[in-house]
Amino acid sequence: MSILKLHYEIDGEDFTRAGEASASVKKRLRQLGVKPDATRKVSIALYEGEINMVIHAHGGDIDVEISPEAVRMVLADRGPGIENIDQAMKEGWSTAPDEVRSLGFGAGMGLPNMKKNSDEMQIETVLGKGTTVTMAVYL
Amino acid sequence: MNTFFHSVRLDREKCKGCINCIKRCPTEAIRVRDGKAMIIPERCIDCGECIRVCTHHAKKATYDHLDVLRQYEYTIALPAPALYAQFNHLEDVEIVLNALLEIGFDAVFEVAKAAEIVSDATRRYMAQPGIPKPIISSACPAVTRLIRVRFPNLIDQILPLNAPVEVAARIAREEAVQKTGLPPEKIGTVFISPCPAKVTAAKMPLGSSHSEVSAVVAISDVYPRLLKAMHTDGEVSPLAAPQAGKIGVSWASSSGEASALLNDNYLAADGIENVIRVLEDLEDEKFEHLDFIELNACNAGCIGGVLTVENPYIARTKLKRLRKYLPVSLNHASCPEQKHLKWDAPLEYAPVMKLDEDFAAAMEKMSEMERIEASLPGLDCGSCGAPTCRALAEDVVRGSASPDACIYKFRESISSLIDNLQKLNNCIPSTLRGSSSVEETHSKKGGELK
Repeated sequence: MSILKLHYEIDGEDFTRAGEASASVKKRLRQLGVKPDATRKVSIALYEGEINMVIHAHGGDIDVEISPEAVRMVLADRGPGIENIDQAMKEGWSTAPDEVRSLGFGAGMGLPNMKKNSDEMQIETVLGKGTTVTMAVYL
Repeated sequence: MNTFFHSVRLDREKCKGCINCIKRCPTEAIRVRDGKAMIIPERCIDCGECIRVCTHHAKKATYDHLDVLRQYEYTIALPAPALYAQFNHLEDVEIVLNALLEIGFDAVFEVAKAAEIVSDATRRYMAQPGIPKPIISSACPAVTRLIRVRFPNLIDQILPLNAPVEVAARIAREEAVQKTGLPPEKIGTVFISPCPAKVTAAKMPLGSSHSEVSAVVAISDVYPRLLKAMHTDGEVSPLAAPQAGKIGVSWASSSGEASALLNDNYLAADGIENVIRVLEDLEDEKFEHLDFIELNACNAGCIGGVLTVENPYIARTKLKRLRKYLPVSLNHASCPEQKHLKWDAPLEYAPVMKLDEDFAAAMEKMSEMERIEASLPGLDCGSCGAPTCRALAEDVVRGSASPDACIYKFRESISSLIDNLQKLNNCIPSTLRGSSSVEETHSKKGGELK
């Protein structure tokens, strides 16, 4: 069975472009006839991930694999890493700088929202090296 | 797929096959094939953008003409509030209402009146517990159609109430039956519309199993006749009195419907591109704490409809002036029967963008599409007849176009063909070289012998 692979490079300097990857994936899932609910989950989880990569990690790479069973997303950055994952997963916890918060981001809902909208989620992080978030949404 | 009626159509004679419309269509519903534009019916939402941009006037809205009045024994004009914004120095809506009677209507029922009723019903609907918020307005039929084909997750949030024109038609017909004793089918309810999407909505309603609007005429069509019939000198004793206040009249421009809810937690967006952006963000849950979303496909709202006459922004100023001295509402306590208001045919997702019914086949097509797109120049020039390179790739996998439609690919093909010809020419065995002309061969041989 074929798998559709998509790759996106996330520009860490440009807030206005965050969301391009999730929009592109959403458009494709719609054309594939994926159930609206699953499409929405992928789109939200991916957008949160993109925003995180821009806010915290100066961008990175996103790889998406679509198969008949699931949409698997790997978001890899070379940012500072997450010091305390348990804390980062708590709603409202944020390490986002003030200038980001003033734009309405950094409410501490990024990782919790990613968790909420995915069926599987793993975080691998190394301080000073970067973070890789792997998510899956079942179809 | 059910059959489609569309108000927006093409005049093949006038179409030059240019690419203005395909580039502007928000649902990528137009292609140029064999030198003429063609509309993909299941994708068209009748927003009228193509009518606006077609420099050859080949895109047209179909609507009824005033001679439709002869088909009924009793006719009721349903003027859209946008109509009032078309006239210079209009101080009183009454003047327009009476002009409508003068050009042949038997009665007038202001759509603005029904708008006030719908505003009231919306407030009550939103007060119910457990309603999925934000509620999205269902008044603009182009937006409702857009959501139906592109934003399935938002369908449950659409306000399940009939648009003001539909409510107006229902109440007006019922009242006329009582007043005249005529059977309902002898009564004509005629909407004076700012846009083609409303024509489609009357012929093929969404959310409602049938429409009580008998006919839809264009504001631009009625306008010159109305001008002649408008008397400002008070010579004629007025027969029709205004039936709506500020709230109803304000529905004609963007944020009019939302502000009527007397709740500041709303967003109002106008212009189809902006509407799409809002819907995308809404679907991705990027907004919080909003109760109501008003969306109008046309810039500035209904006053920007393609069947209007006046510049939408001037129209807005005129509307502001006109409503200044109007009472807030004339229908705040009216409570019409629910059958006039509520949707009776829930909206269903129409996945027209889907590549294939079968997921595996759709995956194959998408992989092929990605491959084709990568081979195209990415200029999105439209010369192939599709709005973007990606749309051409999609057309190819759907079987409705060939990648050779790309003029850049075609040029590449020609130049590689020329290269190959040259190569072939060089490969001609020496025994055959020049054998095409016997005389030449002889002379050459002769030359060599010497």
